[in-house]
This record gives sequence, C-alpha cells and structure tokens, in this order.
Amino acid sequence: MSGVDVTSDKMGLDPEAMIACPGCDLLLMDREVALGETATCPRCHTVIEAPRPLAMTRIIMLALAALILMIAAVFFPFLELGAAGMVRRSSLLDTVMAFSTGLTAPLTLAMAALIVILPVTRFLALLYVLGPMAFGSRPARHAHDAFHLAEALRPWAMAEVFIVGVAVALVKVAGLAHVSLGPAFWAFVALVIVTVLKDNFMSRVTVWKTLEARRTE
Amino acid sequence: MTVPLVSQITAHEAGLIGCTQCGKVHRPTIVRCTRCGAALHPRDSASLQRVWAWLIAGLVVYIPANLYPMLATASLGKTTENTILGGVLELIRHGSYGVAGIVFVASIVIPVAKFIAIAFLALSIPRRVKLSPHARHRLFEVVEFIGRWSMIDVFVVAILSSLVKLDFAATITPGVAAVSFALSVAFTMIAALSFDERLIWSRAEHDAE
Repeated sequence: MSGVDVTSDKMGLDPEAMIACPGCDLLLMDREVALGETATCPRCHTVIEAPRPLAMTRIIMLALAALILMIAAVFFPFLELGAAGMVRRSSLLDTVMAFSTGLTAPLTLAMAALIVILPVTRFLALLYVLGPMAFGSRPARHAHDAFHLAEALRPWAMAEVFIVGVAVALVKVAGLAHVSLGPAFWAFVALVIVTVLKDNFMSRVTVWKTLEARRTE
Repeated sequence: MTVPLVSQITAHEAGLIGCTQCGKVHRPTIVRCTRCGAALHPRDSASLQRVWAWLIAGLVVYIPANLYPMLATASLGKTTENTILGGVLELIRHGSYGVAGIVFVASIVIPVAKFIAIAFLALSIPRRVKLSPHARHRLFEVVEFIGRWSMIDVFVVAILSSLVKLDFAATITPGVAAVSFALSVAFTMIAALSFDERLIWSRAEHDAE
C-alpha cells in the first residue's frame, strides 16, 4: 500500500490513543467527541460515536415508558372483531397463543419471545446498565454482560415488524368482519415509537467508554 | 468525516486488533477486550463457514415454507389452504393490491434477495469482484436491516388465527409453513450476523498492495 508512513505499533503508535472502526477496522485517532456531534468512519461511514446531551437520562426514561406501555399492550384488548352480532376481543396474549396447538406449537414460544420477552429483556438490561450511570455512580456488577445482551438482542426484538403485521391482518379480515383497534394496539404503537427514539439516543461506543471511565474512577 | 485519520491503515495491518463491539485497539497478544470484555478476533475467517452453514439451513427450510400451506381457512364446512404465493394471489383477487405488495415483498422478494446477497458477499471474500467494498458494505447494511421484516407474514398468520376463531362462520388455523418460514428468516438473520464485515475491506487492502 503506497503512502503509508506508519505500519506498525513498533513505530510508536499508542493503541490507547486510537480507535478501530467497528465496521471496517480502519485505525483512527481516538478523540473526545463533543455532545451533539456525530463521528463517522471516513472510509465506510459507519457511525462510531454520537453522544447526545442527557442521553443516559433520556434512554432510561424512554425504557421505563416502554416497559409501562408493554404492560398495557399485553393486558388490554388488542383488536376487536365483530361479525353477525358477535364481538370477539383478542389480546396480545391470544395472538401469541395462536400457534399453541399441533405442529406449530414451537412458534408460540418464538412469538412470545419476539414480541414481548426479548423487548422487555432489552429494556431491563438497559435500565440495569444505564441506571447507576445516570446518577453518577459506579456501574452495577455484570453491567458489561447486560449491555452485551442488550446489543445482541437488538435485531431480535421485533415489535415494529409486528405492528406492520397487524396492519396487513386488518386488511385481510376487513372483508370478513368489522375490525376495530383496542387500546392495547395504540399502546403498542407508542411502544414502537419510544423504542425507536431510545435507540437513536444510544451510541454503543460512547456507552462502553463511559462504563470504562466510571469503573476506573 | 469527523474523526481524523492516523493514516489509511487498519488495526489488522498495523499488527493490532480492533474490538468490533467498542472499537478499542489492542496489542495482538490480548484475547479479550479490556474495555467491554468481548472476544477479540484479528480476522474472523471461520465466520464464512458459519455464514454458509446458516444460509444453507435457511434455504432448506424455505422450500417447505413455500410448498406447504401457511394458513387454512375453514368457512361453512369448506376448507381452503393457502400457501404464501396463494395468499398473495387471493389478496390481488380481492383488489387489495397494496397489502398484496407488502406480503409479496416481505415473504418472497426479501428472502430470495437476501439469499442471493449473502451468498454473493460470502463468495466475494476469497475472490475478486467488480463491486467496490463501499457498495458491498452498503449491501451488507441493507441485508442486516431488512432481514427481520420478513417476519411480517408469520405475525399476520398469528393475528388472523387468534381473531378468527370457532365462534365465527370462518376459522383460520396456522399451517406448517408458518414454522418453516419463521425458521428460514431466523437462520438467514444468523447468517448475516455471523458475517465479519471487516472481511469486505481486507480484500481491498490486499488489492492495494
């Protein structure tokens, strides 16, 4: 490769002063990223750090809000179906249990996990990691494992996919019966919005750096 | 471009290891990241094997997902079974083109495109391909983002079956295809997650040498 003047750490490169892009491994100078600023990799444009003012507090508040909304979403009626004078209410729990008979039984567990259990686990893990940090104290024990778990679960928490599924299902039944949305549906929509907001405030590298700094204080 | 460069070299080229979770740079003798505790791999070349294994598994279960019924509708003593494609055609017959489009894209276009994209990315690592690392990186980001949306049809079947039960003129029950389809989506998601995206760029490093 031409134009490279520094090729090894023997040349005096200090690993502590650098950061490797998590996306493409490019070596970059690690520097303080100001609040509100977004640091991206110059090569692959992966966002490396994007600290936001009051991010910790906001994430905690949003995670708490999401937990409360989830409780409402699970227990209130989700959809109401009326046909020929009969009304059938279906809660989120009923939806999850739809696969509980026969060959499709394993899907029950998967559905429950994707829609309710994994999102809730993520919210709890984030609260556990960020809660003590927002109050300026040292990170809780196993905060590292909890944050690794929260990040690993991110692609598997599918609340927003479920909402689109509901919309599709509504159109499919529309010809068959009259369908109306229950309070739980709106709680779930709010939950999705809150989750997206929360994830936007979160910068993974910033959280790791803060955890490390707090631990050594 | 807000982070100033040391120079255009990667941690790997500099004889160091970068953590893929938190970015911390380590000397090669260290096996666990001192900042976040993640396992450190200089270049995860075994990742390609995992990608292929999960991708093939996903492809295998995608076949029954298309052949067996996704849901069965029993109405007035008559039972009709619908496969994924059958359900889409039904929606078109009813004039719901928009929803037919969503289901078609989520259950057929996205899974097939994902199989091709992941296979292409995995093949492009040991070989020379025309597509630039930038384009392949973008492709990988799209694959990673879009994978979970294929789950829509499984959710639709679950919602329909819970709503339309025995006490109505019609009953909807989920079919076996729902299970194999859900598995196919999960397997291809794991395939994408197993892919070490840094490999896309290490090829570019070799080319530049």
